[in-house]
Amino acid sequence: MTDVLFVLFAVVALGGAAGVVLGRSPVASLLFMVATLASVAGIFVLLEAHFLAAVQVMVYAGAIMVLFLFVIMLLNLGHDYRADLKFGLWSLLALSVSGLTGGLLWTFLADPVPAGALGGAAASAIDAAVAEKGAVGAIADPLFTDYVVAFELTGLLLLVAIVAAVVLAKPRSGEEQEC
Amino acid sequence: MTPIEPGFWFVAAGAAKVLAVFSIVMVAVAYMTLAERRVSAFIQDRLGPNRVGRFGWLQPIADGIKNILKEETMPGTASRFYFLLGPALAIIPATATFAVIPFAAPLPTPKGAVDMVVADVPVGILYILALSSLAVYGLVLAGWASNNKYAFLGGLRASAQMISYEVALGLSLIAVLMMTGNVTLTEVVRQQQELGLWFVLPLSLAFVFFVVSAFAETNRLPFDMPEAESELITGYHTEYSAMKFSMFFIAEYAHVLTASALMATLFFGGWDVPFWKGDNMFWHDGALIRGFDEAGAPVLAAPSLWITLATLASFAAKTAFFVFLFIWVRWTLPRFRYDQVMHLGWKVMLPAALGYVVLMAGTMLVLAQLGVEFGLRYGLALTGVSGLATLAFFFFLDRDRIVGGAHAKRKFSSGRLASAAASND
Repeated sequence: MTDVLFVLFAVVALGGAAGVVLGRSPVASLLFMVATLASVAGIFVLLEAHFLAAVQVMVYAGAIMVLFLFVIMLLNLGHDYRADLKFGLWSLLALSVSGLTGGLLWTFLADPVPAGALGGAAASAIDAAVAEKGAVGAIADPLFTDYVVAFELTGLLLLVAIVAAVVLAKPRSGEEQEC
Repeated sequence: MTPIEPGFWFVAAGAAKVLAVFSIVMVAVAYMTLAERRVSAFIQDRLGPNRVGRFGWLQPIADGIKNILKEETMPGTASRFYFLLGPALAIIPATATFAVIPFAAPLPTPKGAVDMVVADVPVGILYILALSSLAVYGLVLAGWASNNKYAFLGGLRASAQMISYEVALGLSLIAVLMMTGNVTLTEVVRQQQELGLWFVLPLSLAFVFFVVSAFAETNRLPFDMPEAESELITGYHTEYSAMKFSMFFIAEYAHVLTASALMATLFFGGWDVPFWKGDNMFWHDGALIRGFDEAGAPVLAAPSLWITLATLASFAAKTAFFVFLFIWVRWTLPRFRYDQVMHLGWKVMLPAALGYVVLMAGTMLVLAQLGVEFGLRYGLALTGVSGLATLAFFFFLDRDRIVGGAHAKRKFSSGRLASAAASND
């Protein structure tokens, strides 16, 4: 049963990922992306990482909604985005990104994680943490103790991005906007 | 009483629960449309639908048949696939959310006790937030695919409103999570039984935020900007007819039902029967127990069909009250202006909810330092602090500025608003 579900989610995730890249219209790409992310969340559930699955849907569903708005507000205004995708700088960028990804995949496949590393002691330690603190506590506890500096720095980064967005969105002159 | 063993009967019980909950939700949704029309008629001093069957009891069935038999229209310029996908995406999250809500005390069967919840997932509340963030896709897609500017504006408004109020919704839930220290909804119900107080008292302001954001998330008046008949015809579902139109309505009422059930579960004790300890039962080390005696030994609970039915009735009554509240508010309050919706969401609800989370966390920390145990005294102390916060919030809110109309603004003799109002005259 688990295997059948895994294959189903994996096929949808990979098919969706291909659809994001190959889709002609931006809206289709976005919906393929939602399908991919939801299937990855499903795989997380099969791995009993319920918290990650819920957060995956929560965060990405909201984020993609914003992307959706960008697409329909910017790309539907008659701007010819297909010309941008033809040869030139973009193809160079796309080629280098796929090269990098391929390289990463290659190194991972050439030197896979040893079979024992994710089982045995590590798995039972995770099980114990989940049993003691619940599905959320097992992630929240290390996040706010061992990794709190990294966590706070990430928060600071997001704050900087928000401030920058507000500064960019404000009208240039000192006058107040009519609302 | 032990939990039911994994196997044939476990699967059978699960399937029976899925079937029962889905059909009950669908029937309840059908009769909520009748309730809405009858209550609105009562509020407006009319009669409402009363011709089909006694008191109009068969009206939802007649409506259903009409919607199935009506002609399906398809706008010539719409994108066909996304146009069909819209209603489907709207209805799926609305019906799937009910799966994690516990609706009664465990039911004893010869094969073991059956939890009266379809799926008690370990991330209950987060699952609901995740699904509610997916719910907006149907509306936005429908609005975009219709290729109609009114529908499109409705879809845009839906997305902006959902994104804005999800923040306040999440923040209002943080207080509940801090109280229970767990995110499963069965645990939320159990902690309220153990505290002896429903969370609406110790977390009163969180309840206010939750109700307001729930109204915004379900697109009900006074937050029905995506539909706004007087501005957008009917917004995102302008181009839809027959059963596809009906599916948007089923989705909306299913959302209302789920939101009401959540209000009952998170803040009003769920299936807990008030002033009665006999229904308190929870799982501990594979046994269904009532609590612990003074020596700390578990006391076995005695589940019975009658307790399950009584708790189910309690849950249904609480949920029905909040459904009535949704209808009551819809026919009482006028619609917000769009900028007022955004102002309330970002400039009032968000900072106030953040401040409330800090206040409650601080109070809980102080109580922990003072050594007050989790119990009635703990709850009453929180009730006092929270009550003061709620009073302060309403005091600052009620200055006729945020939800007041032009008339209220004129009362401010100085400032931009007053001069703007004067120049408009």
